[in-house]
Amino acid sequence: MGKKMIYMDHNATTPLHTKVKKAMAEAMDLFGNASSFHEFGRCARAEIEKARENIASFIGAGAEEIIFVGSGSEANNTILNIFSCSCQSSCGADAHKREIVTSSIEHPCVRETSKCLNERGTPVKFISVDRFGKIDAEQAEESITDKTGLVSIIMANNEIGTILDVKKIACLAHKRGAYFHTDAVQAVGKIPVNVDDLNVDFLSFSGHKIYGPKGIGVIYVRKGTPFCPLIRGGHQERGRRAGTENTLGIIGLSKAIDMRRIEMEDEEKRLLQLKARLRQGIEKNIPDIQFNGHPADCLAGTLNVSFDGAEGEAILLYLDLEGIAVSTGSACASGSLDPSHVLLATGLPAEKAHGSIRISMGRDNTEGEVDYVVEKLIGIIERVRKMSTAYREKK
Amino acid sequence: MTDWVYTDKVKDHFQNPRNILAEESSFKEDGKGMVGNIKCGDQMLMLIKVDKEKGVIKDCKWKTYGCASAIASTSVLSEMVKGMKLEDAYNLSPKDVTKALGALPEHKIHCSVLGDKALRAAIDDYYRRNEMTDKIKKEKARTICQCMNVTDKEIEHAVLEGARTYLEVQERTKAGTVCGQCKEETIRLLEQYKQKHFTNPA
Repeated sequence: MGKKMIYMDHNATTPLHTKVKKAMAEAMDLFGNASSFHEFGRCARAEIEKARENIASFIGAGAEEIIFVGSGSEANNTILNIFSCSCQSSCGADAHKREIVTSSIEHPCVRETSKCLNERGTPVKFISVDRFGKIDAEQAEESITDKTGLVSIIMANNEIGTILDVKKIACLAHKRGAYFHTDAVQAVGKIPVNVDDLNVDFLSFSGHKIYGPKGIGVIYVRKGTPFCPLIRGGHQERGRRAGTENTLGIIGLSKAIDMRRIEMEDEEKRLLQLKARLRQGIEKNIPDIQFNGHPADCLAGTLNVSFDGAEGEAILLYLDLEGIAVSTGSACASGSLDPSHVLLATGLPAEKAHGSIRISMGRDNTEGEVDYVVEKLIGIIERVRKMSTAYREKK
Repeated sequence: MTDWVYTDKVKDHFQNPRNILAEESSFKEDGKGMVGNIKCGDQMLMLIKVDKEKGVIKDCKWKTYGCASAIASTSVLSEMVKGMKLEDAYNLSPKDVTKALGALPEHKIHCSVLGDKALRAAIDDYYRRNEMTDKIKKEKARTICQCMNVTDKEIEHAVLEGARTYLEVQERTKAGTVCGQCKEETIRLLEQYKQKHFTNPA
């Protein structure tokens, strides 16, 4: 390629850690079906159960509380579907507590599933957030009722990086006898997560956001909590998720977790410094901008910024032509006409949401790269604004 | 390197947009059209100079708040219309622009419609300034759904914005959501507009 390539879209996905790559390459011949009784099967089973212990202990869970699934989205879909399930006698959910309470800034896999369940008759409430993406505790308290079966709140938002007070909301849910789930796909491996400390009943995350492989997701289910499988037809995962185990994915995720144990703390500090540098660079050099998300309670590597008068997809693609990869909350990039529901939920006007980009940094990014991105961004924003009908320089 | 998101032609016009309006005050236009709304994510301004004797567009400048497809399609359009008779320019369709660009993904067609609309608005403005209002083609809209008061233009718009099935047209326009008498007519129009805007001649 020859061209300088800078990847700053780590909330979308991350590259495999070299150690993960190595562990997966070494496990490549472990083809046995973990359900088989013979030696081949037992070898795979042993590795899977070792990984399960390791992954469970990373979030303070017991191995038997971990279910491997195909992705974070599958994990979230599974959990949301438990409470609207009509076979409640067998899965243990209370038929009188079917209502779901969730936030207005969930990932689409929670948002769309909630909407779909709602159309099929499950009452769903969406709690609003403030301009930083934090939940209004008062509204949460009002929304959660004796009819609520499940409260599902994202732990760290993928678009703006805001870290929510899930512990507090979990407490509110339990007060009303409801179960609590957090979508921790952007949180596990980036910030400390302990299921007992947070007091959550369900938690979901995936491998590919933390330098592990794609195609592996995890559901944590607290012992004694109702559960109903989404994928049926096999006894795998103690009858909770049918389908032959993704041995390679599980081993890769376990290695990724090993590396997180070692690297997470220092890396988060380094990312915070990089973000401060990026933020200053943008603030100092580009007028008429606005940062989105919480200024302090935010994922270390995530910076979401709106540029007045500049459309997001155009910015993203001009950056792409410079070899810089970011993401946007603009509608045009996704093919829909509505800009990011997360940005709109924080009260950002549509015209600002259309001009937003998300920069999410990770372990390979450097100060030099941050400076390069700022330099390119200055030129691109100036250029886009020059041809914009919606930008007048404030003098 | 893999292929870029759009065709080379789109990439070229996106990287080097032609005929961008630099200083609005220094360009003495004969007609000006502005369409779209930044709240919806795109807006387009188009200015034209006209050779009044020949009825031909001499020059064309534009500005946009829009995505790569909007930028590229308007850039291409601004080149196409120079030297073109007003009537011919008036009849250009989004499909002509898409063809000139090679191709655009279906969900991006609506971005290219904007330049086209702005151009017609600019020509209308020229006619108005020159007391030629008889030439302004009123987009005659016909009411298809009586219950919800939905016109054929709105159905066409919904198709351009991505509706491909009767259900999607209903979602966007609310046509046929009350008595349902217009269903057949709406489906006929849906097919007609899909053909008009999205089928390339073999």
